[in-house]
Amino acid sequence: MTSETLEQGATRALGGRARKMSTGRTGDRLFGLSAKGSGILLLAVMAAIAVFLIVKALPALRADKANFLTSQEWNPDAAQSRFGIAQLTFGTVLSSLLALILATPVAVGIALFIGFYAPRRLADGLGYVVDLLAAVPSIVYGLWGLQFFVPKMNGVATFLHDDFGWIPLFGGDTVGGQCILTASIVLAIMILPIISSITREVFLQVPRANVEAALALGATRWEVIRMAVLPFGRSGMISASMLGLGRALGETIAVALVLGTASGISLHLLKPGGNTFAANIANTFAMAGKIGQSALIASGLVLFVITLLVNMAARAVIARRKEFV
Amino acid sequence: MSTVNLAGPSGLRKFKDKLALVLVCAAFALAVIPLVTLLYTVIKNGAKRFDMEFFTHSMNAIGGRDAGGGAYHAIIGTIEQVGLASVISIPIGVLTAIYLVEYGGGGRLARVVTFFVDVMTGVPSIVSGLFVFAFWIALLGFEYMGFAGSLALSVLMLPTVVRAAEEMLKLVPNDLREASYALGVPRWRTICFVVLPTAFTGIITGVMLAVARVMGETAPLLMTVFVTTAINNDPFKGPQMSLPLFVWDQAQLPQQVAIDRAWAGALTLILFVMLLNLAARLIARLRKPVSR
Repeated sequence: MTSETLEQGATRALGGRARKMSTGRTGDRLFGLSAKGSGILLLAVMAAIAVFLIVKALPALRADKANFLTSQEWNPDAAQSRFGIAQLTFGTVLSSLLALILATPVAVGIALFIGFYAPRRLADGLGYVVDLLAAVPSIVYGLWGLQFFVPKMNGVATFLHDDFGWIPLFGGDTVGGQCILTASIVLAIMILPIISSITREVFLQVPRANVEAALALGATRWEVIRMAVLPFGRSGMISASMLGLGRALGETIAVALVLGTASGISLHLLKPGGNTFAANIANTFAMAGKIGQSALIASGLVLFVITLLVNMAARAVIARRKEFV
Repeated sequence: MSTVNLAGPSGLRKFKDKLALVLVCAAFALAVIPLVTLLYTVIKNGAKRFDMEFFTHSMNAIGGRDAGGGAYHAIIGTIEQVGLASVISIPIGVLTAIYLVEYGGGGRLARVVTFFVDVMTGVPSIVSGLFVFAFWIALLGFEYMGFAGSLALSVLMLPTVVRAAEEMLKLVPNDLREASYALGVPRWRTICFVVLPTAFTGIITGVMLAVARVMGETAPLLMTVFVTTAINNDPFKGPQMSLPLFVWDQAQLPQQVAIDRAWAGALTLILFVMLLNLAARLIARLRKPVSR
């Protein structure tokens, strides 16, 4: 209150020039409110995503005559609407986990190479080369995968099946390039830069003293990494790979283009076909009817929840040892 | 008495060290191989149709089997959709970052917003498309249009912009703010005319990287923008096209002429994205935000 009278006093004293002497309080309030409003708007968008997906998923869930969680069918637009997410969940989780297993060691290797092995002057440039992998749009990965990589994988798949068919994963009756293994490799390439750039940042935080102490004790370069660097960066590596997993789970277009269209649950990695949440939505949305679209939205909701949980878990690991990232 | 060998690490330790070196170098090579083959195949196959007709014609009245045609309609669509998405998400994103750095002060709301910005980064692109479909098209009853795609893209762009702007605003030294306050400048003017200009190049870099990221998104556009073969200059009316959709559409046709068009589209898209990336990094390098 007192400040307001002060302002009025100043206005009276300065007469016509009062407007230029504004304390800016109104502007401050407006600006602060709009900044706060933007933050709240962002929260509202997140809430709206959940709410609208649930609202639009309900009609299909009500019409579903099969068990939504355990059924392997996907015929939401039939007269007797029957659909379930069992095979989608299986395909999504299998391809993403496989991609994670393939990508993590390579990504850690890249981070080590750039951080400890490459000449200092080249390190930045090499990091940029890896970041370029992240800049390539997923549709280009899809096109490359379909036109270039799948034909190559046809041979690899036949070779693996003929020579290592006794391993159940490589068994099965039919083999081909448009299989889960190919999709996983493409996914692995796509999540590589994410994992390696976060891991690299964690490695940069390793205390210089630990590294030098290990060197002073006569450790070789590998021993320094194993004893000083890797233990320090463990939680960072875990959360980095979980963020990569989150990306792989939601990746759509590349998987949709690379995978064949046969459906069903099969552990045979070389069998053409398989399906994921995102690929199923991308492939069938345009042709779906009312209930079909609603069913796809329901499956999208499940995907949203899964990626949300994975990302939150990754953030929680980071937050527990915040000083690393 | 055992003798101590001071000549260096034992054979086994040396071997392990060498093995690690080889493995680490192999890991890096493994990452470079896909990048090189990808760029090579895209450039080689894309060059076939990378001609004037491709950039001046649409696909109107051209079937999958016919030669010719181009991506003019798709390029127009991409520029309009990404432009509108930027117009929506950049102000909101920068304001949110300002709130987090200048006003939030580690309060509860600021912590919640920070957490959800992180979570939002992980929203799968297809889910943002489904969201806009459920909200804009199914609920509000609008038709498929370019603007719906912009909404979906801005959901994806927002967290990236917030993150980039937040990092840059944090780098602005407090001395500048305090000097400005000491001169009696109100807070909002301090932010607008002292803090933001100092962080400007950094924010521009982050925004350009965000634009490059959403430019290649296909999935959310499938259910918001739909697909068309004709030129549609109006993002608020009727289905549009975009470069990623063009590639997606053509890549699924069996004819070689269509596949060639898809490659040319992919090459165009990669050129756009790489140029944006390169420009962003050049700006970042030329004028580091606070290097005094």
